Order: sequence, then structure tokens, then C-alpha cells
Amino acid sequence: MLVELIFVVIKILVVITVLLLGVAYMTWLERKVIGHMQVRLGPTHVGWKGLLQPIADGLKLVAKEDIIPTMVDKPVYIIAPLLSLIPALSAFAVIPFTNATVNLFGTEYHLYITDVNIGLLYVLALSSVGTYGIIMSGWASNSKYALLGSLRSSAQVISYETAMGLSLIGPVLLAGTVSLKGITEAQANGFWFIVPQFVAFVVYLISAIAETNRAPFDLPEAETELVAGFHVEYSSMKFAMFFLAEYANMYVVSSIATIVFLGGWNGPFGPSFIWFILKIVALMFFYLWLRATLPRLRFDQLMTLGWKILIPIALVNVVVTSIVLYAIN
Amino acid sequence: MSAMVKDNLSEIVTVNMGPQHPSTHGVLRLVVDLDGETIVGVRPDVGFLHRGVEKLAEHRTYHQFIPLTDRLDYLSPLSNNLAYCLAVEKFFDVKIPERAEYLRVIFAELARAASHLVWIATHALDIGAMTVFLYAFRERELILDMFEIATGQRMTSSWIRVGGIREDVPPLFFEKLKEFVSIFDDRINTYENLLTKNRIWLSRTVGIGKLSREDALDYGVSGPIMRGSGIDFDLRRDEPYGIYNRFKFEVAVSDGCDIYSRYLVRVKEMRESNKILQQALDQIPEGPVMTDDPRIEIPSHEDVYEKMEALIRRFYIITKGFAAPKGEAYGCVEAPKGELGFYIVSDGDTKPYRLKIRAPSYVNLGALEAMAKGHMLADLVGIIGSVDIVLGEIDR
Amino acid sequence: MSGYLPIALMLVIAALIGLISISVGFLIRPRKPEKVKLSVYECGMPEFSDARQRYNVRFYVIAMLFVIFDVETVFLFPWAVSFDVLGLFGLIEMIVFIIILVFGYFYAWKKGALEWA
Repeated sequence: MLVELIFVVIKILVVITVLLLGVAYMTWLERKVIGHMQVRLGPTHVGWKGLLQPIADGLKLVAKEDIIPTMVDKPVYIIAPLLSLIPALSAFAVIPFTNATVNLFGTEYHLYITDVNIGLLYVLALSSVGTYGIIMSGWASNSKYALLGSLRSSAQVISYETAMGLSLIGPVLLAGTVSLKGITEAQANGFWFIVPQFVAFVVYLISAIAETNRAPFDLPEAETELVAGFHVEYSSMKFAMFFLAEYANMYVVSSIATIVFLGGWNGPFGPSFIWFILKIVALMFFYLWLRATLPRLRFDQLMTLGWKILIPIALVNVVVTSIVLYAIN
Repeated sequence: MSAMVKDNLSEIVTVNMGPQHPSTHGVLRLVVDLDGETIVGVRPDVGFLHRGVEKLAEHRTYHQFIPLTDRLDYLSPLSNNLAYCLAVEKFFDVKIPERAEYLRVIFAELARAASHLVWIATHALDIGAMTVFLYAFRERELILDMFEIATGQRMTSSWIRVGGIREDVPPLFFEKLKEFVSIFDDRINTYENLLTKNRIWLSRTVGIGKLSREDALDYGVSGPIMRGSGIDFDLRRDEPYGIYNRFKFEVAVSDGCDIYSRYLVRVKEMRESNKILQQALDQIPEGPVMTDDPRIEIPSHEDVYEKMEALIRRFYIITKGFAAPKGEAYGCVEAPKGELGFYIVSDGDTKPYRLKIRAPSYVNLGALEAMAKGHMLADLVGIIGSVDIVLGEIDR
Repeated sequence: MSGYLPIALMLVIAALIGLISISVGFLIRPRKPEKVKLSVYECGMPEFSDARQRYNVRFYVIAMLFVIFDVETVFLFPWAVSFDVLGLFGLIEMIVFIIILVFGYFYAWKKGALEWA
């Protein structure tokens, strides 16, 4: 029991470390990829090809003065970034990233942190909690820009969460479980759910981009309109935590897309986690590509897209999937 | 200004946009009344960059004022130089050498292209299309390089003089210009690929910021905004100055009256500028670039080093300046942003008695509230972008 | 329960990491507060009024709609998991449920709850 506990703690620490490093290097990748798409180079100075840039940025943010404006609601102001970051990191507790096991004192242990039979629901629930961080930060800042940004953001996130949840029901129907490991194993035969559930995949992808506030749905932080949105009054590490949370959330939604639609760790050959990471990186690249290509939607257009297009499509998809599934069985 | 909540029951929130705001294109301050996110009122508050340029003109000789014109619309300084010099030249009825006329056209059209490139870059960035920004600045860089070759300055070039231009351009300039003219159309296609038929771009621009033909006339807007409201008028064609009547080009007009039609007009104008540049390149003759009219001629350096008279003349005209006959003159050009005019009253001195600048951005900004009312806060950014303001010109 | 213990641990560790990263710079970061620096950003002008005012009611409408649809999603998940067990009965029941919801959805649509401006 004690061995298991220690092993779990080690796994958690490793996963969080890798995740935070992944987040840091995602910023590097973003700057590099978008830089090259926009005929410039991105970071080049800190380290070889700018590879130490994320580290330098992190150190800078830690050493920055932490400005807390006088008018803010201080406890809420401090809790808000934590409330964004903690759910984003915790979601990884149930992400099965590999099927490899390790033998410890005669017992087989899996390498992912845990698998629960409500895995998918747990992740969806946590992503809702993240909204509180955003709305609290906007409220606590006592700035009109921050408040407008946070209101927009929370309206956007909850609207797209509905579409996101509905789009995931189709694959769940096919898999017959909401355990993320179970869903992955249901696709072990190579028949990934993206094929029968392509519509759901598209709906999910759009919702996921909106959910993580990425371009072209990056309205909450539309710097040209709301200056920076909900985190305009934040500085130093608190500011950084919103970004950590945003990028960690990108990993979460990409992981879910990988597991639910792209077969998770399943690949034709080689170690399973390589496939998992490859699929995530491909999705991330897609995000960056979108950011370099598309202008930003306006808020009402965003809501229209979510409520009047994605939700009906997702609902129809659920009904059609269930009827077809019944007919086949 | 105190709180502007109109009454306790409504939800009107007053938001201050600027002067420190990334998308007001400088130090423009807007006081915006919002109902939710819908704009019910916009009040531009200008003057943060006021330098008193018009007053300063009264204490400078005619030539000394040229550098100050650079700092009006600092995105197209050579257009400003040109408008001012045209106004001063009206006092003298002077014949400008052919080569200088062609170079003026080339400078003005390059300035237009540069200004429109900055406009498309920042406008697209405001609406979230980040890549266009960097693409457009890449091409603007080529233009600025040409300006640097020709004038030694990238932005505040001060190169056009009363009676011609300061000095002939080096051959390298024409090489670069040929190269630029050959690629520019293709580069405009690149921007258009990213924007013109982009669904999100269309949904952000079509039908937004409407300014009807009548309103456009009433507010006295000029330039691409006016032509975007369906008014087919361009000073280059309808009241040609310089040698513009020798060039074949179309005036870009679009009658959508919205942001999108202003976008189309400006993109087309860039293409037409390119055509004019091509024609100017083909036709430009050799010859002097400064008039030989003794009243206003600035002798060239070569002459100054060799001829005593030229040295005296140059010393005289640089230090004391030349006196304009008593009277008044108005010179205007189709600047990138609209009709840029200089109205000069002379009392016979070497300095203007009074100088008034008709700054297109300032007049165009007046129509902002008419364009913005009823739209959302997010659209305001696009609408300001479509007006294409430069605060150096508005505040003067 | 063993499946959930790691989740609890993860939450605790994530919270610790958050707290540590917020407080780690405490010793090295400068602290030079001044009045203007601590004022709220309003584009360089003194703020008009307190930002915490009443806001557009549409945000609340969206929030209520969200609650309805999210609850629906939560109902759909268990149904999807036990779809094989429920058979035709479950299928018809759920379609009836969705139809009722769609009625409400179109009602909200027609009432303009989904319009923004």
C-alpha cells in the first residue's frame, strides 16, 4: 500500500513536471511556428535556436514585481489564478497516455496516474471549474476591461462546453463507457472513432478551441479590443499562471480529442506514448496554424456559432448515432 | 469628466478607450457609452499630440516648414511635402522640371502604398488576422528602403522642395523600384488570399460601420472612406495636380458603405498605385530636378562649389528664405487618407501670415460616431481601423 | 476507492505547485508600490466609476440556458454508457427527451434568447 502510494506520488510529480515543461515549450513552439509562418524567426537569442527562451521567460516572471492594485478584492484576486491552474493540471490525473506497465515488487503497475470509470465526466467537470478562475479574476480586478473580458470568457466557455459535451456522447455511445482507458481500448482494433464520428470530431475541435480561448475564438484576451481581457490587472507569477492554465488546458482538450477520436495511445508500431504525444502535437500544430491564419470572430457571432449551429449539429449527431447503432445491433 | 451613467435604471456603462489603448492607433481617446456591448455613443477626444504646427508655420520660412509637414501624417511624409509645396508654388506660377514632376508622382504613390500597407496591416491585426500584419510590413520595408536610398530617411524624409525636389535619386533607387513594382501585385494577392473571401473577415466587415452616401457628403469625409461610400471622386483624376493627367489609372470605388468596401477600395488603390508607378518608370525623362526660376530656386551643391552667384543665392535663400507675393493659396493632393490641403495666407513676407491644414484624418474621424452607433464594442476597433487615422495629423 | 485516491493527491499536489510558484518569488522580487502604479488600468485616464456595476442581462440568460443544456448532457452520458442494456426502450425514451428539449430550445431561439445584439 505504501509502495503504491509513493509510486502514485512519483507518477504525479513526473506528469506535472512533464506537463509544465510541455507548456513552457509549447510557448516556444508557438513562437517559432507562427514566426516562421509570418516570415520571421521567433526567439533566437536565449540558447540554441532560442530553446532556453521559455526558461528565461519563467525566471523573469518569477522575479517581477507583483503589483496588486489598490481597488481589488484581494482574497479573490489571489485565489483566481490558482483556480484556473489547479483544474487544468489535475485533469491529467485520468489521462491514459500509455499502456506500458512497470513491475514493482512483484505487482504490475500502469504508468498513467489512475483510471476511473467516470474519467471523461471528471475532465469535463474540471474544465467547468476553470471558468470560476476567469470570472473571479475579472470581478476581483475592478477594471471594466477585465470584467468585460471575464464575462465574455465565461459566456463563451459555458456555451461551448455544452456543444463539447454533446459532441462527446457519440463516441461514448460507440465505446459504451466514459472511462478514458475504456474508450482507448475500444479503438484498439484500429477503427478510430474519428471515422464514424467525424461530425462530432469537428464539433469537438471547434468547441475545444473556443473552450481554451484560442484564435479565432480568443475574444476574452483580444488585446486589440479589451487590451488583455480578464488578466489585465495581473502581473508577475499570477499573470503567468493564467497562461500556464491556458496552455495546460490546450493539452487537456488535445488529449481528450486524441483519446476519444484519434485512438489514444493506439498506433501501428512502437511505444504507445510516442503515438499519444505525436497526436497531441499534431493537434497543437493545428491550433497554431489557425492562429496564424484566421481573423477573430465577434462575440455575438461566436455565440451564434455555438448555440445555433454547433449544438443542433451535436444533438442530431447523438440521435443519428444512437439510431444507427441500434439498427446495427 | 465624471461618471456618465445616464440614469440609474439603464445599464449604460461608460468606457474610456485610449489614449493608452493598443487599437486606437496612437493617442486617440474615445469615450464610449456601452449598453452591454452595444455602442450607444462615441465621443472622440483629440489633442494629446497637439504641437501647434499651424502656429509654428507663422515663424518659419517657407522651406523651414517642410520638415514639420513630415510629422503630420508620418506614414506618408512625402505626400504631405507635396501638398505643402504645391500650395506654396501657387504663389509663383512656377514650371517644375519634368523629371521632378515624375519623381514627385513616384514618391507620392510609394507613400500611398506604404500608408495603405500600414493600414491593411494594423486593420487586419485589429480584427485578429495577425499574419497579414507581418506580410504587409515586409513590403512596407521595401518602400522605406527606397525612401532611404532616395532621401536618406526612412520616414521623415522632407525631400520635396518648393520648385522641385531636393536632389536627384541615385540609380539604385530605380533598380529597387523596378523590383518592387514587379512583385507588388503578387504580394497584394497574398493579402487578399488571407482576407478578401475569408468568412470570418467578411462577417467582421460586411455591413459594419455603415456611412451612407449622404452622410459621407454631410460629414465632408474624403479619400477611401468617401469612395467606399460610393462617391466617385479622386483629386488625382478630377482636379489633377502635377502631371497626374498623363497617367492611366482607375479610381477605386465601392458602394457597400461599410468597412469591407473601404477595404476593397484601399486594396484596389494599392494596385492602381502600382500601375502608376509602372507608367512613371517607363516615361521618366532625364533632366534637372529643381526649377531655374530665380525667385525660389535652391542652387545645387555642384553649382555652389563652383559658382559664386550660386553660393550667394543658396546662402540667401536658405537663411532668409523667399518672399511670397501678397495673397492666398490653397494646394491639395489626394493623400492616402483623403484630401490633404494647405491653405496659406501671405502678407508678402518670407513667412506665411497664416497657415491652415485640412487634415483628412481629422475630418474623417468626425464621422466616427455615425459609423459606430448601434454596433458592438468589438466593431469599434474595426471601424477606427477603417477610418485609417494618424494622430500626428489629427492633433497637428 | 483506490482509483480516486490518486485524483485527490493530484489535486493537492497541483494546489501546492500553484501556491509555491506564486510565493517562490517573494524573496527576490522588488516591491515598490506607488499610487499611480497601483491604480486600475483605464487607458491612462482616471477611472470614471467603480467597475462593479450591473451588466447586460443576456449574460444571465446564457448562464441559465447553459444549466439546462448541461444537465441534459449529464443525463445523456449514463444513457450512452448503458445504451446496449436499455435497448429500444432507452432509445425511444431518449429521443422523446431530446424532442422535448428541442422544443424548449426553439422556444428560446424564437424568444430571442440566443440573439446577442
